[in-house]
Amino acid sequence: MLQARGIRKAFPGVQALDGVSLSVSAGEVLAIIGENGAGKSTLMKILAGIHAPDAGEMLLDNEPVRFSSVAEAMARGIVLIHQELNLADNLSVAANLFLGNEEIRGGLLGWLERRSMNDRARRLLERVGLEVAPHRLVGELPPGQRQMVEIARALARKARILIMDEPTSSLTQRETERLFEVIAELRLSGVAVVYISHRLMEVQAVADRVVALRDGRNSGELAREEISHRRMVELMVGRDLKQFFRRGHAAGGSSVPPVADVTGIVAETGAASIRPEEHPIRLEVRDLCYQGGPQTPISFAVRGGEIVGMAGLVGAGRTELAEALFGLRPLVCGEVRLDGRPVSIRSPGDAIAAGLLLTPEDRRQHGLVLEESVQHNLGLPNLDRNSRLGLVLPRRESEMAQQLCQRLRVRTPRLSQPVGLLSGGTQQKIVLGKWLVRQPRVLILDEPTRGVDVGAKSEIYALMDEWAAAGIAIVMISSDLEEVLGMSDRVLVLHEGRLAGELPRAALSEQAIMHLATGGSEEREA
Amino acid sequence: MTRLLGVLLMVLIVYAVLMGSFPPARSLHNHQTLAERLGYYGIPTLGVGVLIVAGGIDLSIGSLLGLVAVYFGLLLSGPLSARQTVPLALCLGLDGVLLGSALLPAIGISRRIAVLLSLLPGAALTWACHLYLPGQRVPPWVAMLMLLAFASQIGLFHGLLITRLHLQPFLVTLCGLFMYRGLARWLSPGALALPSDPHTAALRALLVSDRLLGFPHILLWMALVALLLAVLLHGSVYGRYWYAIGNNEQAARYAGIATDRHKIAAYVICSTLAGLGGLLFFLMYRNATPSSAGSLLELYAITGAVLGGCNLRGGEGTIPGIVLGAAVLPLLQQICTYNADIGSDLEYTVIGGALLLATIANEVVTRWSKHR
Repeated sequence: MLQARGIRKAFPGVQALDGVSLSVSAGEVLAIIGENGAGKSTLMKILAGIHAPDAGEMLLDNEPVRFSSVAEAMARGIVLIHQELNLADNLSVAANLFLGNEEIRGGLLGWLERRSMNDRARRLLERVGLEVAPHRLVGELPPGQRQMVEIARALARKARILIMDEPTSSLTQRETERLFEVIAELRLSGVAVVYISHRLMEVQAVADRVVALRDGRNSGELAREEISHRRMVELMVGRDLKQFFRRGHAAGGSSVPPVADVTGIVAETGAASIRPEEHPIRLEVRDLCYQGGPQTPISFAVRGGEIVGMAGLVGAGRTELAEALFGLRPLVCGEVRLDGRPVSIRSPGDAIAAGLLLTPEDRRQHGLVLEESVQHNLGLPNLDRNSRLGLVLPRRESEMAQQLCQRLRVRTPRLSQPVGLLSGGTQQKIVLGKWLVRQPRVLILDEPTRGVDVGAKSEIYALMDEWAAAGIAIVMISSDLEEVLGMSDRVLVLHEGRLAGELPRAALSEQAIMHLATGGSEEREA
Repeated sequence: MTRLLGVLLMVLIVYAVLMGSFPPARSLHNHQTLAERLGYYGIPTLGVGVLIVAGGIDLSIGSLLGLVAVYFGLLLSGPLSARQTVPLALCLGLDGVLLGSALLPAIGISRRIAVLLSLLPGAALTWACHLYLPGQRVPPWVAMLMLLAFASQIGLFHGLLITRLHLQPFLVTLCGLFMYRGLARWLSPGALALPSDPHTAALRALLVSDRLLGFPHILLWMALVALLLAVLLHGSVYGRYWYAIGNNEQAARYAGIATDRHKIAAYVICSTLAGLGGLLFFLMYRNATPSSAGSLLELYAITGAVLGGCNLRGGEGTIPGIVLGAAVLPLLQQICTYNADIGSDLEYTVIGGALLLATIANEVVTRWSKHR
């Protein structure tokens, strides 16, 4: 029914899609899988008319189509249901179902035909098996029912191709099963469903066919009978590593072996790799639960001089965990120890005083004051050192900034340059650099190289290496598997907030990480 | 810097227009009147300017100024009645509670117990005010101190509501705008006049009307406030934090700054200066009408601050700019009053138009410099 061929799309700095093709026919459930950043969401947005492709063609019922807006795609029966639902909580179910498509009488008067809309709403809700009165407010419904309202809305728009982006991310087990029943019914009535999910178990349960994407390209396809967790993981990972990241400080840095071979399947370790067990434990997290986190407490430890990668899919709760450790989210239970001593961290100020520092994932929102200068950004958390009696000592601050810029090789025309005007890599160096004068004990780096060019990336890796050599315990949260494989001495994998498993360097591979990150059990891999 | 030059240019143009077209405005006497007005407007404008830099807003300053002026009038002209002391006593009592709960943890008492313990001095202070104040004549300086404490307490109240309960600043201070005006009217049915005893006259001379090298004292007091705030905003750690909070509160939080505390401080400064403005208002105009004293002043002050380069989104603005912005308003008012063609009825229109023009000019300049 719908075919896409050779779709390409670039965003500033990334080639999100590099010639992707797929097709879906009526009454079929097609699952799209891939790592974070593989291009799934971009592809769906192109199909639904949110983005226009740079190249490639789309055929609907064998005739070429080009959508320039969501409305056009919708008019042709292609409806995307976003991961974050787009319902108006303050309106009734019926009003949401027909939002933008209201039945009206009297032309410009816009008199609403409430009764007939309510009747139609009732029939649509019946189709998705939702027993909710059309006049109920959407805000009062639980997430599972809202998901069904979204589907009903898609049906109200006469959807023939329904694209669901992570539809189960906020659903309970029961609601998920209900969703699958509805999908099965839709399939029988000839609707094509494109299902995107990180949860391979669900894909296995629901999909007729699987298309895997990797780095913006098709990496393979599985028919119904071929679908298995292992096969899917293989298709998602296993790309060529463009670049090896070498850890230098590991035992003198002479001969660190390649981290992964070209196929990415085997990760070797050599005699020269560091022995983390020789370093004292710097950060110890015992049975920690935090507000908004999972029910199961989390425990782990990081030694000085160790870089521990923290892997997981988007939404696995890595950033939340980092925020909890940094005092941005209240702790509910458990304790955090630094160098063996329990610490009470209730605010970022406490964390900084204790030597536990975070560089946030979103540097523009959380890491930098974009309007302010390089010097002021570097100085902001260090004013206690660069002031006397509450007055800033500008000279001391600019000396500090000058030194930091030299050490980090920050490329800025002058210290008074607003950081918003600098490149991503330079900005990231400033985010990292402002902590360096504080003699950190634990550094949590959340996506330290996101949106950073290759040159700056390797510089940042070199710095991390240097810091680890200085005995700092580093937790590196990253969605970039190459980076995780290259930089980590050990990897913790999170899945839905829980610690799904821990991989020593010897057992590191993309497959092993993806297996755990997608909800596979630890035992199977071993 | 360009922004500062822009305001300077605006002041000079408006000044030139005034002086050029109306010879009577050129007299020394008129310059002193202008200086007095600038002193009076400048103080609350500086307060709200600092608050705007920190990302806040205060709509209640006019009403608070009126309330303080009315209270000051009551305290100067005679003993308060029991009823009239209630708001003052409550506020000062709260001051006691907060002071206690801030100081007691410093000597090792746990926070919760400190709050409970400090309820005692708070209640005692309230009670003492209630017993002592009615029927007592208060020396003017005691009255001033009490009222400044009262005003700062109001700022603290705003700050706590905004940071702890996450209420919107606009809303909290809008409620204040109504509440304080209502209180002022409830306190006194009619206008209050400055008593004519020598004590008050001396106070007025010291704070408002005496001249030093030809400058009225009120202008010098304003300059002193501006100087202090300039040190605070441009030289101190706190100023750095206010700019960071105003620009990106999240980033400030991630940098380990106790953002709530610094926001509250900005509200306290704003309300305290509004209170100071109320004291000066009463001394300067020699009377206070509960229903109108300081009304619309919040808008004049915000206008002055914005003209002076404060961005209502926070994080922008300088003390010299705010002072210059405050200077535009008295000049514009005089142009309207002196010019028979415009007339004082059009005053608001002229002020609004000036603000709009300045905003447009700023936008154009910013865009132009970006596209360069």
